[in-house]
Amino acid sequence: MKGKVTHIVVFALAVVTARAEADELLIAVASNFATTLKKISSEFEGQTSHKVTLVSGATGRLYAQISSGAPYDIFFSADTETPVRLEVESKSIAGTRIHYASGRLALWSKTANYVDDAGSVLKEGDFRSLAIANPRLAPYGVAAIEVLTAMGLQDTLASRFVMGENIAQTFQFVDTSNAELGFVAYSQVLATGEQGSYWLVPSRYHQLLKQELVMLKESGAAREFLTFLQQESVQKLIVQSGYEPPASQNN
Amino acid sequence: MPLESDIIALWITLRLAFITVLILLTLGTPLAWWLANTKFRFKAVIEAAVALPLVLPPTVLGFYMLVAIGPNGPIGEFMAAIGARPLAFSFAGLVIGSVFYSLPFVVQPLQSAFSTLGKAPLEIAATLGAGPLDRFFTIVAPLTKSGYLTATVLGFAHTMGEFGVVLMIGGNIPGRTQVLSIAIYDHVEALDYGSAHWLSAALLVFSFLLLLLVYGLNRRFDVVKV
Repeated sequence: MKGKVTHIVVFALAVVTARAEADELLIAVASNFATTLKKISSEFEGQTSHKVTLVSGATGRLYAQISSGAPYDIFFSADTETPVRLEVESKSIAGTRIHYASGRLALWSKTANYVDDAGSVLKEGDFRSLAIANPRLAPYGVAAIEVLTAMGLQDTLASRFVMGENIAQTFQFVDTSNAELGFVAYSQVLATGEQGSYWLVPSRYHQLLKQELVMLKESGAAREFLTFLQQESVQKLIVQSGYEPPASQNN
Repeated sequence: MPLESDIIALWITLRLAFITVLILLTLGTPLAWWLANTKFRFKAVIEAAVALPLVLPPTVLGFYMLVAIGPNGPIGEFMAAIGARPLAFSFAGLVIGSVFYSLPFVVQPLQSAFSTLGKAPLEIAATLGAGPLDRFFTIVAPLTKSGYLTATVLGFAHTMGEFGVVLMIGGNIPGRTQVLSIAIYDHVEALDYGSAHWLSAALLVFSFLLLLLVYGLNRRFDVVKV
């Protein structure tokens, strides 16, 4: 009799813990980091029994969704302003704002040997269209404008801008060769296997593309995910994907 | 208050809708006439193709166009061969995209009007010695007035509301390819809800008035008959 009760208790515990272990995480992620986060989450899924679903989009749109009560557990933003805003508005869990990576900007063309490694093509090239992310919506667009301003080319090139709604669409313009070249995320160029030609823009030309995350809903699985992010292998993956790790910066 | 860039976007949108409808009425009239009268065995294939934009997500059309007008796409190669400017990120590109996008909204009301008209009045006119142009302007046009009105207004309104295709091939260039729907989208994304409200309300009222015009003038509203 006693053995039977123990069995039942063990079984019930097993059911309860299995339920607790196999949680589903819904993570919102800025377009530029989506591919990288996809890799990270599939490793996370392999090591735990949690399931991760990613929703990618422009930071501004994701913010609007979160403000309207979208059920995301974690939000990987493309900037720092949006996570700060969510924190101030008490829409995120206090104390969970983390700097997870810094983006790098690249000037990229699908044509081989077109972009040189000093960006001189911007001065001399006879291109029709230069794709940038809309600076009103995307931090990478702001950075692109900063680079052009620093090079003294902003005014000369403004008439040749074509703007993507986010960095993913900007990439698409260059990838389909509709724009001869464009400022995209370095991570995107690496994801193509370094097709065409590119210039990894030195970070001194623009403000740091610091990307932060916040936790929006308290859960064990979300905490586990954030801890998992700190693992050395994951940090290495982030760097290999074309980002600078938070540790290497002085803030 | 609406921004200056929004006024420009409104102007571009109106110009796009106007030019698109003009092209569609010109191309749509013979196409609709042919569809209404032909005994062609595979007529259904053409009708289905014309109706496609009704059911396809605009992103499909936009995506195919983006690839087709790229330098390696068939249209892009053709444009390069004849020495024309590429269509991507240009107003001309938007017009071509819109012509495909709004095609059924113009062709279907015309086809339905021509079918109702039948051949009899034209045959009688022909026996009385009226030439083809004369027959079209003195008989067909007046008798299918309501079909033309529906086609014009629907084609216009549908192009005004276009989003997916323009988003994919436009490049959001103020003064050239930034249309109203994209400007609204931008305002929402940038959390500038004030400007978004202004434009959205303007578009809503305008679209409603347009449709009211059709319903008011056209008691028998016979629009999208697939």
